[in-house]
Amino acid sequence: MADGHAAARHQPVNMRHMRLRARLVIAGLMAAALAAFAWSLSAGAMPVSGHDLLAALGSGEGSMEADIVRQLRLPRAIAAFACGGLLALAGALMQVLLRNPLADPYVLGISGGAAVGALGTILAGATAGWIDTGAFIGALGATLLVFGLAHGDGSWTQTRLLLTGVIVASGCGAAVALMLSLAPEGRVKGMLFWLMGDASSASRPWPALALLAVGLLAALPFARELNLLARGEITARALGVRVGRLRMLVYGLGALLTAVAVTTVGSVGFVGLIVPHLVRLAIGNDQRLLLPAATLAGGVLLCAADTAARTVVAPIQLPVGVLTALIGVPVFLFLLARHPR
Amino acid sequence: MKMDVRPPVLATDGLTVQVGHRDVVKDLDFTLQPGDTLVILGRNGAGKTTLLHTLAGLRDVAAGTVLLSGQPYAAWPRGHEACLRGLLAQSQPDFFSATVLETALVGRHPYLGRWDWEGPEDEAIALAALASMGLGGFAERQVPTLSGGERQRLAIATLLVQRPRLYLLDEPLAHLDLHHEVAVLDHFRELASAGAGVAMVLHDINLTARYASHVLLLDGAGGHIFGTAAEVLTAERLSAAFGHPLRAVADGTATLFVPA
Repeated sequence: MADGHAAARHQPVNMRHMRLRARLVIAGLMAAALAAFAWSLSAGAMPVSGHDLLAALGSGEGSMEADIVRQLRLPRAIAAFACGGLLALAGALMQVLLRNPLADPYVLGISGGAAVGALGTILAGATAGWIDTGAFIGALGATLLVFGLAHGDGSWTQTRLLLTGVIVASGCGAAVALMLSLAPEGRVKGMLFWLMGDASSASRPWPALALLAVGLLAALPFARELNLLARGEITARALGVRVGRLRMLVYGLGALLTAVAVTTVGSVGFVGLIVPHLVRLAIGNDQRLLLPAATLAGGVLLCAADTAARTVVAPIQLPVGVLTALIGVPVFLFLLARHPR
Repeated sequence: MKMDVRPPVLATDGLTVQVGHRDVVKDLDFTLQPGDTLVILGRNGAGKTTLLHTLAGLRDVAAGTVLLSGQPYAAWPRGHEACLRGLLAQSQPDFFSATVLETALVGRHPYLGRWDWEGPEDEAIALAALASMGLGGFAERQVPTLSGGERQRLAIATLLVQRPRLYLLDEPLAHLDLHHEVAVLDHFRELASAGAGVAMVLHDINLTARYASHVLLLDGAGGHIFGTAAEVLTAERLSAAFGHPLRAVADGTATLFVPA
């Protein structure tokens, strides 16, 4: 056709330019992660200076500052970072799986199941360790239930999966409301904190961080296939993607990441929905960059939000889920309005 | 018939395709040689898309075999079939934004390893394909800002980037204006004369008469007529297949079919 020479003038530098920009974004996010950790470790009722922070982390000496940093703030910061990353990664995966930009890690009922499990154990008067176990079992139970119901006749349409998830989630919501209304006064606050998301009780953050690394490494080799899946099943299959296997992988991985995140910090909202969108607005929708960038951004957001949650109105600690929503919603609306598409 | 040592681009043997329990085609035998252009005609709901997807290896057959370059799909190494045949599907809504160039580069997927990124060569192929579809200056535009016809040409360019041996096109002229209809069909005619095979679903009988070497006419009840374009395209057969009387009008250079 006509404008062949227009393309000849067009040097093939577009993708390289985009990739450079994306690397800069990832480098910037890594710097932001360091800054978030530094803030999280130094801020609090006993502020720790940068010099003392390095000393506390570097040596094994048992000053009070070192104890606070290493035994209280560090596990909490790691838990918040890891869970923010898990939720953002799971959200990005779910949005591709369901081809729906409104999907989040909770849309398939995973957080609902976890809430039923966690509140059930709180209601039974169990200790913290059992609450985590209950949440994890509830999350996996809801996942399997949705998968079994939506997969019943072998069809795998996104709408069917989405509807099944929404219905299971609302069933869980009813169960949660029932437990809240039956619970004795003394336990309701703990239940509400769990529901809103709370990193203060996260004493063992390493499983979440390890899963974050493993999950990201497991998803990245499939990132280009996810780009195709986002364009539609027929397109993906015609280009050689094994769509059935890929969907199982994404669903299973997304469910596991979400289950571990809600087990560790409760149902923190908005991170899984908003972070992938923010990153998409900044660097586009290539999953090879989106997945690592969203993971980092989610970690930074939740780590910073958790630090703010325990310091802005200290000594009162806010549930971090409330802050992520309060920060996330206006930022998101601002960016969306700036990018009329 | 051309002599060619390579196997036919596509062949079916006793192919039966069903939707539910309804036959789309029954016992279909045909061979598509390099250089051939097959047009599939039939009324709405006759199962043209279903048949095309079956020919693309994306659907199970009820009976018979489909041979892509001489082998069943299952015999090709995983993913290699995408280097041999490409499918232009009917347009689907986009839920996520992407640039035109990113979209066209999707066609390079079958040639890239799991950890590979598209290189300058891939990008040059994509830009050439965009230019051939009249989208030369569009590389950095966002897809949602394109018109329907521009999107269709982008989808065709993406297929061209894939560089298969067999092109399967589901309504390639959807949303295109007259000029681009002819330009797109001319482009596929050139690809066919360079050794590709083309099978497409069209609704325009007169463009079919102008470009098809072979025609497969579906009657919507499991019956079909396959043959050269001259054999199949008669007023009588078309009238029966479409359930509407058609008249052949010859103007000295071509025969046109018009609704009676």
